[in-house]
Amino acid sequence: MNFLQPFEKIGELALDKLAFAGRMGIFLAMSIKNLFLPPYKLWPVINQINFIGSKSVFVIMFTGAFTGMVLALQGYYALRQFGSEGALGSAVGLSLIRELGPVLTALMVTGRAGSAICAEIGIMRNSEQLDALECMAIDPFKFLIVPKFIGALICLPLLTSFFDFMGVYGGYVIAVKLLGVNEGAYFQGMFKSVIWDDINMGIIKSFCFAVIIIWVCAGRGYFLHFEKEGFGAEGVSRVTTKAVVMSSVAILVWDYLITSMLI
Amino acid sequence: MQKFNVEAAVGIFLIAGFLSFAYIAIKMGDIGFIGGDNYPIQAVFTNVSGLKPGAQVEMAGVAVGKVDEIKINPDTYQAVVKMMVKKGIKIQDDSIASVKTAGIIGDKYIKISPGASDVILEQNSVIRDTESALDLEELVSKYIFEKK
Amino acid sequence: MSEKENIVIEMKGVNKSFGKQRVLIDANLSILAGKVTVIVGASGQGKSVALKHMLGLIKADSGEVLIYGNDIKKMNKAELYHARMNFGALFQGAALFDSITVFENVALPLRERTKLSEKQIREKVLEKIDMVELEGSEDKYPAQLSGGMRKRVGLARALVLDPQILFLDEPTTGLDVKMSKEIYRLIYSLHNKFNFTSVIVSHDVPKIFKLADYVALMANSTVQGLMTQEDFQLSPNPVVKDFIEEIMGKIYNSGV
Repeated sequence: MNFLQPFEKIGELALDKLAFAGRMGIFLAMSIKNLFLPPYKLWPVINQINFIGSKSVFVIMFTGAFTGMVLALQGYYALRQFGSEGALGSAVGLSLIRELGPVLTALMVTGRAGSAICAEIGIMRNSEQLDALECMAIDPFKFLIVPKFIGALICLPLLTSFFDFMGVYGGYVIAVKLLGVNEGAYFQGMFKSVIWDDINMGIIKSFCFAVIIIWVCAGRGYFLHFEKEGFGAEGVSRVTTKAVVMSSVAILVWDYLITSMLI
Repeated sequence: MQKFNVEAAVGIFLIAGFLSFAYIAIKMGDIGFIGGDNYPIQAVFTNVSGLKPGAQVEMAGVAVGKVDEIKINPDTYQAVVKMMVKKGIKIQDDSIASVKTAGIIGDKYIKISPGASDVILEQNSVIRDTESALDLEELVSKYIFEKK
Repeated sequence: MSEKENIVIEMKGVNKSFGKQRVLIDANLSILAGKVTVIVGASGQGKSVALKHMLGLIKADSGEVLIYGNDIKKMNKAELYHARMNFGALFQGAALFDSITVFENVALPLRERTKLSEKQIREKVLEKIDMVELEGSEDKYPAQLSGGMRKRVGLARALVLDPQILFLDEPTTGLDVKMSKEIYRLIYSLHNKFNFTSVIVSHDVPKIFKLADYVALMANSTVQGLMTQEDFQLSPNPVVKDFIEEIMGKIYNSGV
């Protein structure tokens, strides 16, 4: 009897993971369904834009500027070996717009807003606020989750633009002002090599990441009561950590997949 | 007051966000070209190897347009390149379009050399005289093998 | 039997387990219209789970939960929400939304579920806030209130849609004696005034008996009978007897 125990454990674990995947799938399906169902309310969405977007602006601009700066610095010394410092502008522009802008923005938003969303919904689950909503015949998806999805879908592309913009000028300061790259070469190289498809790729990525962040973070909080290790305050903190890690990993994996599809 | 603050913050965020998006889209994505101040023109090449949509169209070294679309004509096996050229740039029907390379390994672009004809090409008409991409590899092998 | 017609909610042979733990085993319970039914029992015996079954928050593994004779499992979401429009529920921790004021908390069901004008909403909300004796607190946030006040706000919110059935999950847990007396008095007077059906989950025995028309005991993961509180205290059922003795002591029981 005893020697079967490891297999039982493995089976149990597999079933657990399957059930988790199923719940998350249902969560996304319910969210998308409710996205299109009336009533449509404006204020919850505005509050979410404020929370996810407006309050993230400074941290995004800061990270954007420094990312552009370090890209210019690294790129300069790498390109100088081939005597092609002139390509610095396009190197900075392309890597920001195609890759680093969307990804780093999404990671920052996960850390800032995603964790808060997970904890908020987890606490609402814990203190029976979600049950209370159900009992008032208010759909928690329509009331809570959908505004977050819409807010994130609006905010992420805009935050990514902030990031790219700041990155381009952060790179400009380092490349042109500090390292003495020709200003015209920096900007013209960038403007010439970045085409609409690159910007398009960045936008598609940031839409995808918006869905991932809310899906993973809100979903984990929403299903707090299914957590094996129990809930309570510790459960909320544990599930928030898990959500941030899972969301970040999902962003990076999805980034690879979508790049290989679009490139 | 509380609501006003949220409104203001969201408003500023949205406006600034769209502005920076517009900056990137117009400056880098060349969205400006789409707005009706240009017209399409076509050219048929036997080989456009290395040319990409978005590549420059130049006249006397000045950018006058962009490559919009590259297709193959399934009947003749020739490459059909659709370009968007700025309005006001008149292209004669005996102009020559050639695929050129910026430097030895640089980007490919299309150079249009003006002709002498009085007939100006209309929208969507085809430039007949073209020079295809210089295939460096072919050229090198030709040089080596013909010299013996 | 006239009682049969008066049943508003009925649990028939409900089984529920979470993982390997069986929480409800063949639970049967009928809630009668216009009466106060109290579910008592030690912690962890499935009182709240039974309540959540009646609210349709948890679906039974097997067995039926009938609301006005309709099986909850067979209802679609719209029907379930429609049925819940007749419900008012007060949760253990009051389950108020922290980010909005007391007024907005109470107004929430009206805003989301009715098409009343802002003026009508204001009237109704203030009426309910007066009813639970919290005049003047409507602009405070839940975090600024004491536990008893939060429960009263929760009660006002549960009442704002003028429900026919009121569910109260541990209405006095965590409150001091004075505050819980006040809550009981409030429930009692509201009950006399509106004559709705109530289901109260509590382990505040024997005080809760004063409110009860009927008492049900949850023990050994099932419902041990449903009887008037006099019958309950004299019940021959050994499980009920044990419970009474444990709670009130032998002397109280033999003294009756």
